[in-house]
Amino acid sequence: MSREAALIEPGRWKIWAGAGLFAVVFVWSARGVEASLARFIEGLPLLARILVLMLVPDWSWAGRSLSGMVVSVQVALLGTTVGMLLAFPLAFLAARNIAPHPASSYLGKQVLNLIRTFPEIILAIFFVAAYGPGALAGMMAIGLHSTGSLGKLYAEAVETIDPGPLEALRAAGANRIKTFWFAVLPQVMPEFAALSLYRFEINSRAATVLGLVGAGGIGTIMVQALQFRRWEVVGMALIVIIAVVTLIDTASAALRRRLV
Amino acid sequence: MGDLFPPNWEVLPVLVSPALQTLQMALVGTTQGALLAVPLILLASRNVTRQPWLYYGARAVLNLLRTIPELLYAAILVAAVGIGPFAGILALTVFSLAIVAKLTSESLEAIDPGPMEALEAAGANRLKLVRYAVVPQILPAYLSYTLFVFEINVRVSFVLGLVGAGGIGQLLLTALNLFRYQSATVIILVTLAAVVMIDAISVRVRQAIV
Repeated sequence: MSREAALIEPGRWKIWAGAGLFAVVFVWSARGVEASLARFIEGLPLLARILVLMLVPDWSWAGRSLSGMVVSVQVALLGTTVGMLLAFPLAFLAARNIAPHPASSYLGKQVLNLIRTFPEIILAIFFVAAYGPGALAGMMAIGLHSTGSLGKLYAEAVETIDPGPLEALRAAGANRIKTFWFAVLPQVMPEFAALSLYRFEINSRAATVLGLVGAGGIGTIMVQALQFRRWEVVGMALIVIIAVVTLIDTASAALRRRLV
Repeated sequence: MGDLFPPNWEVLPVLVSPALQTLQMALVGTTQGALLAVPLILLASRNVTRQPWLYYGARAVLNLLRTIPELLYAAILVAAVGIGPFAGILALTVFSLAIVAKLTSESLEAIDPGPMEALEAAGANRLKLVRYAVVPQILPAYLSYTLFVFEINVRVSFVLGLVGAGGIGQLLLTALNLFRYQSATVIILVTLAAVVMIDAISVRVRQAIV
């Protein structure tokens, strides 16, 4: 035991120093945002009361919530499709092994990174300002953000393909288009499909939120219900969101398992 | 869109303190979530929790919590406890709790059963089993997931203000509502810079830990 202790000992103080430093940073942060244990405990009865109100949903809002959610899912579906279409060419320009020129790979990756940095909700605010409130703005926000994230994932998928078929076709004298069509596409399509499905899962969650800034869907119902503190309507909308998102996740995961 | 340029750089000094507050929100929310996740991690792991109803119950709660996006939590909590960073921190806490617990419990189910069996055979109680066989194996994964969630939370905390939950996003909302687009541009640029910076730092720290 003493020998073991001697072996462990040298690192110990570092761990404690790290934990101590972190505790200081945590307390400083908590003070900065005026969070305290007392405030949490004070807030608990209120939160419990609201939770109870939400657990008794107003079923007369079930229909409206469901049609709001359908719009959100449509926004996610169209947004994902827009993202797929725009990401597809960008990914091949950005993939190191397929890019027509090393500069195109570098530039493509930087562009995709730049697009990805913008959060969907900020994009949504812009599109709402430019095109007016509604599902169109939400679709464009999701489409643009998905272009960045899908483009990056697509490009990574392209970079891991087996170079064998490519070389074989090139050696046989096939041109660029034929090489692409017969050697590259068949290898990446299943993975592209799986990645897009996964993105659709994420986007259907995001679409429910975008309504909070005016981009249509169930978020619009949510905002109004929250403004008037109609907790029973909030509860109804939440039930619909949870049910539909869970359904989409399960179906999409099952599909993805068959693809890859 | 042309209204966004040129950026009004004069607002930059005013943004320092809200940007800092935003990071503090992310830090407090992630820490609280990660700490509250500990019991749920153990409950949601099949190899630690042997009672099926407890295990499935914990799993169901985690899955349920994860279906609701952070911004939705924030919007609901703003309506419940009022506008300000407190609502944002609560939202970040709930969401961090769900993700950290879910990911860590999945890693926990894959740990080497050897040490646990050895301790059990030697007659150790549940607490000692967790302390000496589970914690040492799972700690790196737990810390790594917490950092990963912190990274997400930094991104999210910068936009939480758009639904009224405090931080720099609230200034962005005000700027947009008052049509001060050139100031909004600077806020957005600060947000993007902060996100890129935190991503880079987080990647380094995670590499050092794992």
